[in-house]
Amino acid sequence: MPAADIAIMTHGLTRRFGTLTAVDHLDLSVRRGEVYGFLGPNGCGKSTTIRMLCGLLLPSEGSIRVLGLDVPRQAEALKRRIGYMTQKFSLYDDLSVAENLAFVAQVYGFRSVAARARIAALMDIYRLGELRRQMAGTMSGGQKQRLALAAAVLNEPELLFLDEPTSAVDPQSRREFWDSLFALADAGTTLLVSTHYMDEAERCHRLAILERGRMMVEGSPAALMNALPGRVLQVECDAPRQAQRALEGLAGVRSCAQIGASLRVLTDAEEALRRIEQALTDAGIDARIAPATPNLEDVFVAATGAPAGKAA
Amino acid sequence: MIASFSRMLAVTVKELRQLRRDRLTYAMIVGIPVMQLLLFGYAINLDVRHLPAAVVDQAHTHNSRELVADLAQSQVFDFRYRLTTPTAITGLLRAGDISAALVIPADFERRLALGDKPPLQLVVDGSDQVVQAAARQVASLPLHRMLTPAAAASPPSAISVVSYYNPEREAALNTVPGLIGVILTMTMVMFTAIALVRERERGNLEFLITTPLSPLELTIGKVLPFVVIGLVQTTLVLLLGYWIFSVPVRGSLLDLYVASLVFIVASLALGVLISTLVKSQFQAMQGAVFIFLPQILLSGFMFPFNGMPKLAQWLAEALPLTHFVRLVRGIMLRGAGFGDLWLELAALALFSVGAMTLATLRFRKRLD
Repeated sequence: MPAADIAIMTHGLTRRFGTLTAVDHLDLSVRRGEVYGFLGPNGCGKSTTIRMLCGLLLPSEGSIRVLGLDVPRQAEALKRRIGYMTQKFSLYDDLSVAENLAFVAQVYGFRSVAARARIAALMDIYRLGELRRQMAGTMSGGQKQRLALAAAVLNEPELLFLDEPTSAVDPQSRREFWDSLFALADAGTTLLVSTHYMDEAERCHRLAILERGRMMVEGSPAALMNALPGRVLQVECDAPRQAQRALEGLAGVRSCAQIGASLRVLTDAEEALRRIEQALTDAGIDARIAPATPNLEDVFVAATGAPAGKAA
Repeated sequence: MIASFSRMLAVTVKELRQLRRDRLTYAMIVGIPVMQLLLFGYAINLDVRHLPAAVVDQAHTHNSRELVADLAQSQVFDFRYRLTTPTAITGLLRAGDISAALVIPADFERRLALGDKPPLQLVVDGSDQVVQAAARQVASLPLHRMLTPAAAASPPSAISVVSYYNPEREAALNTVPGLIGVILTMTMVMFTAIALVRERERGNLEFLITTPLSPLELTIGKVLPFVVIGLVQTTLVLLLGYWIFSVPVRGSLLDLYVASLVFIVASLALGVLISTLVKSQFQAMQGAVFIFLPQILLSGFMFPFNGMPKLAQWLAEALPLTHFVRLVRGIMLRGAGFGDLWLELAALALFSVGAMTLATLRFRKRLD
C-alpha cells in the first residue's frame, strides 16, 4: 500500500498508567477514506488509543504516523487537519447552537464571511437551523450529537475521530447519525469510530476488536463472521435453561446464551456438535440442533472469550 | 500573531456571553463589594462603648457616687449590676454577663486622701483584647481632676497628638482603601481559578485541545473579562466609599487605577496558578480561600503591620495585598504618588511576573 493512501499507522503503540497497561503494543493501519471501527468493552483502551492518535496523550512506547505526520512531535500541525468528537458532550451548555459554532469557527481562524457560510451549510446538513437560538444544554441527546458532529467537522477535517459517538442517543437518531457519517466518508473523510454496539460496528468497512489494550482480531465484519463456519449452533428445546446448564463447562463449548426460547452455542470447532448432542441426551433433553449464521456478537465472543453482554 | 489574537478574542467573546447568563457570578461581582463595604464600614469600630459592667461600692460616700456617675457618663461602661461584695464578680465575669467590674473599697476616702494605695480596682475580662485596652484607658484618667472640676483647666497633657490625614479618627477612612484590595483578592483569584478549572471539569478542554487554540490563548482570553470586572469593582468601592463614608481620593486617580490594574493582574496570575494545581472547581475554591486568609490577616488591612512578629512581616512582604494596601492608603489618604511608592508598585509588578511565569511553566498541553 503506498504511504499516501494510509491515514493512520502505528507500530507497537503502548500506553501505561502506573502498573496498568491500557494499550498494549498496538499495530494499526487505517486507509484513507475508510470507516474503521474499534469494538470493545469499556476500559479496553479505545479512548486511550484515540487520544494518543490525536496527540492528546503521550505514548509510553511505539510510533504513530497520522496523515503523514509524526505524532506527538507534529501534533500542532495535525490539529488543523483532524476533527474529534468526544465521548462526553464537550461544547458549552450555556451557549446557543449558533454561538457554539461561531466560537469553534473563530478558533479555527475562519473570517466572519466564510464562518457564516460554513455555519449556514452545517446547520442545513445537520438540521440545526430551527435550534440555532437554543441553549446546547437544553437539547436532546440526538440534537447535541448533531451539534457536536457539526463542530467536529467545521474545519473540514481529512480525518475524523469519534469516541463512542452514539452512547446517549435513541436508535432512530443513531441510524440518521450513521447516514451522516457515510456521507462524510463518501466525501473522502477517513473515520475512526469507537463503539461497544454490535450493530454500529457492523457498519464499519473494517473493524478491530480490542480487549485489555490488545487487538484480538481485525478485518471487515463480513470476513470476520465468515471465519466462523459451522461453529455457531442453534439449539431448540422445551427447557432451554436446563439445556444451558447441561452444556456450560462442556469441553469445546465457548459460550452458551439463551435467545428467546432457543440457545445459541458457540463452539471451538465443528466436531463439538456430536458431543453436544450426547450431553443433551444424557441430561434427558429432547433438542433439535442446527447450524446458525454467525453474527458479529459471535465474532466478538470468539475473539475475546467474554460474553458480549458484559461489553455493552 | 493576528490569528492568535483572533482566537483569544473568540474565547473572550464566549466568556462574556457565558458570564451574561450566569446570574450568580453576576450578583457576586456587584454583591460582594457592596456587602463588604457596608460590613467593614459600619460594623468594624475599635472605639469601644457600652461595655456591660458591675460596680461594688463599699464606700458609699459622696465622692464614690460622683465617680460612678462620671464613669457611666463616659459611656465606656454600662453599670448594670450594683453589688455589695466583690465575690459575685467572678461568677458574672465567667458567664460573660459583664466585661468589667469597678470595686470601690470601704476606705476609699482615706486612700484618696493619703495616696499610699490605689483607691480603686477595675476587674477586667482579659480574654478580650479590646476590653482590656478600654479598661487601661479608663485607668489612666486623672482621678483627682475628675473629682474636683475646678482644677480641670490646669496642667495640659504632656504630649499633644496631631493626626494628619484622619483627624476625626474615622474607622472607615482606614478600612475602605484596603477593602478595594480585599475585594479584588477575593473575587479575582477565585473567579479565575474556577473559570479555568470548569473548562477542564466539564470536558470542554478535551475538545478545545484538538483545535489550534493554545493553552496560553485560552487562558488570556478567559481572564481578560475579569480585568474589566476588577476595574468595575474598584470604581464601585470608590464611589460608595465616597458617598457613604466620605472617603476621599487625595492623590491621583490615574495612579490609583494603575495600581489597581497591576494588583488585578497579580491576583489573576495567582488564580491561574491555582487552576494549574487543582483538579476540581471545589479544590479551586479551597485554594482561593487558602490564599485569601493569610493575605487578609497579614497584609496590614486588619492588624497593624508593625505589631506583627518579624517572621510574619517577612511572609507579608511576599503577599501582593500587603503592597497594594500600602499603595492605596498612600494614594487615597496621604495623597502620595508613584514617586513616593515606587517600591511597592515594583514589588507588585514583580509578583505578577513571577506568578505568571510559574503558571505558564505548569500549563498542561496534554490530558495526562
